[in-house]
Amino acid sequence: MQPDAAALPRGSRLGHAIGQNIGLILAGAILALAVAGFLLVYSIEQHRLPGNFELTSTVNNAIPLVFAAVGQSFVVLTRGIDLSVGGVVDLANALAAVTMGKSLGGALLWSAVILAVGAACGLVNGLLVAFGRLQPIVVTLATLSIYQGLAIRVLPAPGGAIPPAYTNLLVNPNAPWALVYIGLLVLAWAGFRRSRTGVDLYAIGNDEASARALGVNVLRTKIIAYMLDGALAAAAGLFLAASATAGDATTGNSYTLTSIVAVVLGGVSLFGGRGSAAGAIAGAFITTLIVNILFFSHVNPLYQSFYEGVFLIVAVVLGGAIGGAIRRRR
Amino acid sequence: MTAPAIAARGVSKSFGGVKALTGASIAVARGSVHALVGENGAGKSTLIKILGGRIAADEGSVETAGPSLRIGTVFQELTLLPYMTVAENLLLGREPRGRLGLIDRAAMPRLAEAELAGLGITHIDPRALAADISLAERQIIEIARVIMARPQVLLLDEATSALVEREVAWLFGQIRALRDAGVAIVFTSHRWGEITSIADEITIFRNGSDVGTFTTIGEDEAITLMTGQALETIFPARFAPSSGPVLLSLRGARAEGTAPLDLDLRAGEILGIGGLAGHGHRALFFGLFGAPGFREGRIEREGRPVRITAPWDAIRAGIALVPEDRKSEGLFLPLSVRDNFTLPILRQLSRFGILRLGAEHATVAESIRRLAVRTPSAQQPVGALSGGNQQKVLLGRWLLTRSRILLLYDVTRGVDVATKHEIYELIAGLAREGYAILFYSSDAEELAHLCHRVKVMRRGAFVAELPADALSAEAIVAAAMRESGQTETPHAA
Repeated sequence: MQPDAAALPRGSRLGHAIGQNIGLILAGAILALAVAGFLLVYSIEQHRLPGNFELTSTVNNAIPLVFAAVGQSFVVLTRGIDLSVGGVVDLANALAAVTMGKSLGGALLWSAVILAVGAACGLVNGLLVAFGRLQPIVVTLATLSIYQGLAIRVLPAPGGAIPPAYTNLLVNPNAPWALVYIGLLVLAWAGFRRSRTGVDLYAIGNDEASARALGVNVLRTKIIAYMLDGALAAAAGLFLAASATAGDATTGNSYTLTSIVAVVLGGVSLFGGRGSAAGAIAGAFITTLIVNILFFSHVNPLYQSFYEGVFLIVAVVLGGAIGGAIRRRR
Repeated sequence: MTAPAIAARGVSKSFGGVKALTGASIAVARGSVHALVGENGAGKSTLIKILGGRIAADEGSVETAGPSLRIGTVFQELTLLPYMTVAENLLLGREPRGRLGLIDRAAMPRLAEAELAGLGITHIDPRALAADISLAERQIIEIARVIMARPQVLLLDEATSALVEREVAWLFGQIRALRDAGVAIVFTSHRWGEITSIADEITIFRNGSDVGTFTTIGEDEAITLMTGQALETIFPARFAPSSGPVLLSLRGARAEGTAPLDLDLRAGEILGIGGLAGHGHRALFFGLFGAPGFREGRIEREGRPVRITAPWDAIRAGIALVPEDRKSEGLFLPLSVRDNFTLPILRQLSRFGILRLGAEHATVAESIRRLAVRTPSAQQPVGALSGGNQQKVLLGRWLLTRSRILLLYDVTRGVDVATKHEIYELIAGLAREGYAILFYSSDAEELAHLCHRVKVMRRGAFVAELPADALSAEAIVAAAMRESGQTETPHAA
């Protein structure tokens, strides 16, 4: 078939790339703004630019959320949502505090076990959603309570101990070594995106019925998404425990909502099928930087959540408007 | 006849107590094109799904020439994934692998481009998102994907519904090439001209079973078999438009992707809008309905300028739109026929904020009768009705809101012959009652027979106006295809 004389002109490759990654580009732009805002507030307040210490502490503060948000993005890409992230973070954190003891070797061994427990938590979610055909929001609301309850059972009062060597390995307080884990996460994501399961994940999020008709194994792919999500939430719990050098069975609760905030800021569509884990990582850093900016602006901590909420609405509204305008211009 | 490549024998299938198929049989030989024709609800789509292995038959069997026969199906409902690129859609499940066995995403657009070119498709960009290409292009990609899987049996369910003539010609070229290569092809369409031009055999379906298989059959005989009754003519008798007042005028109104448009629509006339898909009809119709509104120019309602920037403005101005995609643009599929009729007029049916059930019941019963909606009851969810009956409900709702100007946008797409006939009669009746009707159709035959005059659009502009005495499907197509440089505009508006 010859191109019709009236056929629309083809978009340039760059045009397509921009249009199809608009969420990620906007997330990067917001991240750049957040970094600039932080630099500004910090240098006004401290009369110098932030240095190695600030970089290290920002990365170490952000890293649990980075993992939780990447986990959340797997599920959101299938058009699901995981409210149990906070419960899994709690459970992993509590388990780490009671099991790790004093040696690094033991701690690493237990880390593997705890990641498996997180994956198992995700498996339960995945089975209920995929086979039970239940709404993800209902399933994970219930399992959030269950995992929180288990965490309290494991560690009734804050305490326990994390080996110092383990803390140094995961969240070294002297240099931003934790960036290595983020690098590995990005690499792993890039590989996943180019795997059968990765493509199927996007297909399901685009249109589950069509994906099934095209031979995508919907059940298997969804279960894998929830398991990866659970394992990554457990990793967030391990980083938290390493930072605090002790455990607290309620410290992870906030990650349910902050992981969703990070995913949204990172340009992952809550309607599924659009966005990427790279965006979720940017979203996690934005969320962390906003907290830092509010801290250095001497905002009363009681009002912190107020400003976080305002920021989220402004960012999402502006992002939607800019993204829409760019798409229409093409 | 040699052993068939695929055959259904005595197949029955029920969905929740409704019999979709009762003892249907067909046999399709290698290297032949077998058309299934029948009204909507006759069981064609169900049989295609059973042949393709998508659903299992309750009774009867499907026999294939070999156990590992490759069967490809183009479904009536498009299955492209909207926020994935054309290339990702085409190559889903067989992506090229690069280093470490990972999918080579960079190579996919080039590979898809080459494969599309192999099928003679050069106008669709494999890097575009499926959501960003036109409906016709999506249907072509859907067909291309199935052909690329090298099927030995190809099942096409209403594969031409979104295609214009040139694209249908492309598809038929592909079908002939596949047939000559020994592929067994099953094909459904509501367009009779397509069926006779491509089919080697025609099986007619009525009420869930096959009522006859022919190598040649006339349209009248086929329609009689399909409907169980002779339809004198599909189209209503012509009648002169009442020379009523101009209800709606456009002056230099420009929508996204169109030129400034001028148009006068009178009460009592059916003004057709023709042309190839993608030449601005949709922008015109949705512009008049405020979704989104025109960017510049004037709209006049009986001589008075009106602003239409949102559907609400259009509804207040008495302008109603019935789009071709009723599923996403008009009806509430899970709600009942009754609710779909009365939702916009609940206030009129209420007293002191409380719904008068008697009045609602009477209104709905009258609408069902007036529009001849075939539904078991007013409580039936609209989603369970056939496409044509869904269109009637949507049209009936607008009639209840006392809209005088009806924008009918390809309303008979995918609707069976008998229901089409009813819709034509309904439209003609409404025009006689003094409604002003703007009618777009992708079917030039329909425009030529139903409309009082037809304006043809090309590249977003009106390029010709054909009055009643110059109306024919050929004239409309010719005007639509003519290069604008050599346009000789008969009876310019």
